Amino acid sequence: MNNDRVRKILPWVSTPLILLVFFLAWEAFVRAFEVSPLVLPPPLAVLESLTEVVVDPETWEHAGVTAAETIGGFLIALAFGVAVGVLLGKVAWIELSLRPLIVASQVVPKVALIPLFVIWFGFGMTSKVIMSAMLAFFPIMLNVQLGVRSVDKGQREVMRSLNATRWQTFNHLELKSTMPYVFAGMEVGIVLAIIGAIVGEYLGGNEGLGYLVVRTLNELDAPALFATIMLLSVLGLVLYFAVNSLKRFVIPWHESVYGQHDVNG
Amino acid sequence: MNEIDGRSRMAADSARTVDKTAGARPAASPGPAKLELIGIGKEFRTKRAHTQALSGIDLTISDGEFVSIIGRSGCGKTTLLRMLAGLLSPSAGQILIEGRSLWDGTKADTSVVSQLGVVFQEANLFPWYSVAENIALPLRLRGDGKADRLARAAELAELVGLGGFESSYPRELSGGMRQRVAIARALSTRPKLLLMDEPFGALDALTRERMNLELQRIALATEATVVFITHDITEAVFLGDRVVHLTPRPGRIRQVKTVEFQRPRSIDVQTEAAFGAMERDLRHALDDDEKG
Repeated sequence: MNNDRVRKILPWVSTPLILLVFFLAWEAFVRAFEVSPLVLPPPLAVLESLTEVVVDPETWEHAGVTAAETIGGFLIALAFGVAVGVLLGKVAWIELSLRPLIVASQVVPKVALIPLFVIWFGFGMTSKVIMSAMLAFFPIMLNVQLGVRSVDKGQREVMRSLNATRWQTFNHLELKSTMPYVFAGMEVGIVLAIIGAIVGEYLGGNEGLGYLVVRTLNELDAPALFATIMLLSVLGLVLYFAVNSLKRFVIPWHESVYGQHDVNG
Repeated sequence: MNEIDGRSRMAADSARTVDKTAGARPAASPGPAKLELIGIGKEFRTKRAHTQALSGIDLTISDGEFVSIIGRSGCGKTTLLRMLAGLLSPSAGQILIEGRSLWDGTKADTSVVSQLGVVFQEANLFPWYSVAENIALPLRLRGDGKADRLARAAELAELVGLGGFESSYPRELSGGMRQRVAIARALSTRPKLLLMDEPFGALDALTRERMNLELQRIALATEATVVFITHDITEAVFLGDRVVHLTPRPGRIRQVKTVEFQRPRSIDVQTEAAFGAMERDLRHALDDDEKG
């Protein structure tokens, strides 16, 4: 009992403590070695800059753009990833004939394609959405493919012995048993979608948090650069937890969900 | 073996005549034929080899009877059960359930399959459904209303000793409890025939012994006709009205033994001399299979 409570509270205590220690060490390091603020600004300067950045409505416009690109790309990746994953998982000959291409396209460093996308789709949001979709697509597709194949044989036999129709087998068994794989793919996919959007913004255009990073860098405004990176991290966290919460809501029965509960108490 | 065959064929004949006249009658042996296997054989063909898994299986099981089928691994007993369950088509022979043919070529007649309840070695529960939803799944698939399903699930949970666990999830249950849910699920449609493929094979010895007693109680309470596959001699003799011994390569019926103890039996029958003698005979016969 007591142990459970400790487990529940511990991360809420330890995380702020570790962060506090981290910032203190940072401050101490900067002071002790007289590091140039251009290289590593002291945490207080970053905090100051962060408050400035946060109250600036322009920042939120940029954040909104990045969020929109990420979510747009992610949703496209989800739709295509599930569709292609199901197709490849179910139809062996399609999978066989496409496998070399799929492996090859995974090996291609997709980030290298961004300049091409900029040429084709311009400096606007489209090229970033596509980049973000490309990155998020593969983990989702591969997980769905695996999930479709991993439907338990014994459970299939149960459905067969119950005269289940195709639709019933899909609805009661295949769909539900594939869901954990879809979410595993989504959790990786959402993180990659953000990376895709940011890298896209680095390389072209004049909006989004990624662009803000590049601009603050060019202005040699290190505190603002750090503050922007922090905002990006927060955006990532928010999106990841959104996917994670959705998972807890949709598949509460799955090991990856109730197992987590066990760990957290 | 011939003597046995003769006996079962006679039983089959008399059962067929009884079947025409008898309406619903209480479980008593010999009742009307619930299940008839006539010359069942199964051959597996691959490019390299033809394997005769089963050959010339004749067996008649009457209403309310509990028949254990025992044999070494590889004797085709699971193959036999899969054919009975409508999952695998026989290469030869006919399977009749209450006089209706289960197989039409390689297609199982769904209206006959719906009369069956199957319990596999693994419980094969759906982790996304609660105990009650798992039990009532067959009812849901055939389109029963929610209220009916819930009522039936509660009734069956009670029957298999899981009253109060209706809203639990499979992950919260032990192996024995999961298998109880699987049994309840198989019983939910009030099947005419309950088919069980080593249902307690994955359980520890103590749990297994308790499940045997439970199964006996459940089978008598529901007047179920049961085909029970096992490789455990004690289990086969303890539960069965008759024990069918399958011998491997190809799988054939080597002998059919009638267990004389009245059901329900207490766990103590296992220490009686007649029980021990029967177990010993079967063990020797199974050992012969190994040598041959």
